[in-house]
Amino acid sequence: MLVLAGIAVIALGFLLRFNPMLVVVVSALVTGLAAGLDPIRILATFGKAFNDSRYVSAIYIVLPVIGVLERYGLQARARALIGRMRGVTAGRLLVGYLLFRQMFAALGLTSVAGHPQTVRPLVAPMAEAAAEAQAGSAGEAERVKAMAAATDNIGLFFGEDIFLAIGSILLMKGVLQGYGIELEPFQLSVWAIPTAVAAFAIHGARLLLLDRRLARSG
Amino acid sequence: MIGLGFVYAVAGAAFAGFALLAAIERPRRLANAAFYALIASSFWLGDRLGDVGNGVLVLALVAVAASGRMTRGQASADPPAPRGAGLFVPALMIPAAALIGTIAFKALPTLVDPKQATLVALTIGVLAAVATCLVWLRPGLATPVREGRRLMDDVGWAAVLPQMLASLGAVFAVSGVGEVVGRLAAYAIPSGSLFGAVAAYAIGMALFTMVMGNAFAAFPVMAAAIGVPILMHGFGGNAAPIAAIGMLAGFCGTLMTPMAANFNLVPAALLELRDRGGVIRAQVSTALPLLAFNIVLLYAVLR
Repeated sequence: MLVLAGIAVIALGFLLRFNPMLVVVVSALVTGLAAGLDPIRILATFGKAFNDSRYVSAIYIVLPVIGVLERYGLQARARALIGRMRGVTAGRLLVGYLLFRQMFAALGLTSVAGHPQTVRPLVAPMAEAAAEAQAGSAGEAERVKAMAAATDNIGLFFGEDIFLAIGSILLMKGVLQGYGIELEPFQLSVWAIPTAVAAFAIHGARLLLLDRRLARSG
Repeated sequence: MIGLGFVYAVAGAAFAGFALLAAIERPRRLANAAFYALIASSFWLGDRLGDVGNGVLVLALVAVAASGRMTRGQASADPPAPRGAGLFVPALMIPAAALIGTIAFKALPTLVDPKQATLVALTIGVLAAVATCLVWLRPGLATPVREGRRLMDDVGWAAVLPQMLASLGAVFAVSGVGEVVGRLAAYAIPSGSLFGAVAAYAIGMALFTMVMGNAFAAFPVMAAAIGVPILMHGFGGNAAPIAAIGMLAGFCGTLMTPMAANFNLVPAALLELRDRGGVIRAQVSTALPLLAFNIVLLYAVLR
């Protein structure tokens, strides 16, 4: 039971806002000591696993490409795709954004959009403006803005696992390898599709309900 | 045979380039430079450092990250005239190469390590996309590295957090955390009940993710506690859906925790919401039904 102390360290460390990297290392130390491992053994176990899981961080080689393309206006192009949907309701706008976010994430283009890049400058103001026109007042602005951020997260989480080389797919592959189970990324990413469809249906329905709520409050 | 060695050589070169620019271009960012240089060493030399050596490298990374001296990226200066929709072509080359290469390299098992086909193909796609950008846009040789570094600076130390959490998972495994959680779960699961085991696995993933703020950390624990011993060995279930759907159940937990600060707290601040938990509140009604869907889906697949 004592080995669960490491989990308490994580929860406490995040709660007290220590640097997460530090919290993780302290948690590893506490857990290992509780299990009766000596510190050098803990360091070696951590170091070996870090070295064995380098492929998780290999994905950052795409950043130079994305960075150059952004410099030449990739984001503006992606925004233009969304911008054509102007004039629809807040709910329908966000359904369109949800689809866009899921599809781009599924292609591995996770950094084409995001909270700083697209939600704050573009999606949230557009949804807010549409909602104001629907309700005739800005009374629901908080809810609509929060929904815009939520839509970005849901589109990202339930799209990205369809891409073959995303970190979580590679992590699953690595963990199962440790049990002698060899899986290809493709076998895992196929199983992300049903949940992606369900996420679109559930969140999409909630967004359309938001439209009805806005119409009623107007 | 082309395999991970090739991927790591390219990744090491990218981080070495980030480190070099952070060290020499003004304003100098020595903490960022040190961090990237350590990651480059890990990619290039990791296999020669030994386990304790790699542990020391991790401690150095943590020291730099915890110093609080790493800075975020700065917007790139004087952007050139924007280009048209052709920009999507190099961007799409990378996923297209990953997809095509994964299938094509299966036919060339002597040339490319079949286990690493996707990563090798992705790396080749990146190299092709960089070459296309250099020829088409003529931005100068250092520009991809400079722009990549700008994005890397924004990500900061969070970049290696998934790798750190995977390593914490390894220490948890050696220490038997999964077994302890598994014993606790065994009390909760009615013996022989597939539905009970699936529900405990998926809900456990979501709860553990909420505590750890990240499904990456929860997965190794729940795989050791329920996924591998009960669902895969006990019930003889197919490993691929158990892993993939379990991870997605964890993502439902990510939607409901302030620990996942970058997804839930940062946007609330960016959008100037009065309620710091506003984004989480907006997500709960999607996360819970979706978690239920994942439980039913996994049960239906394994039944």
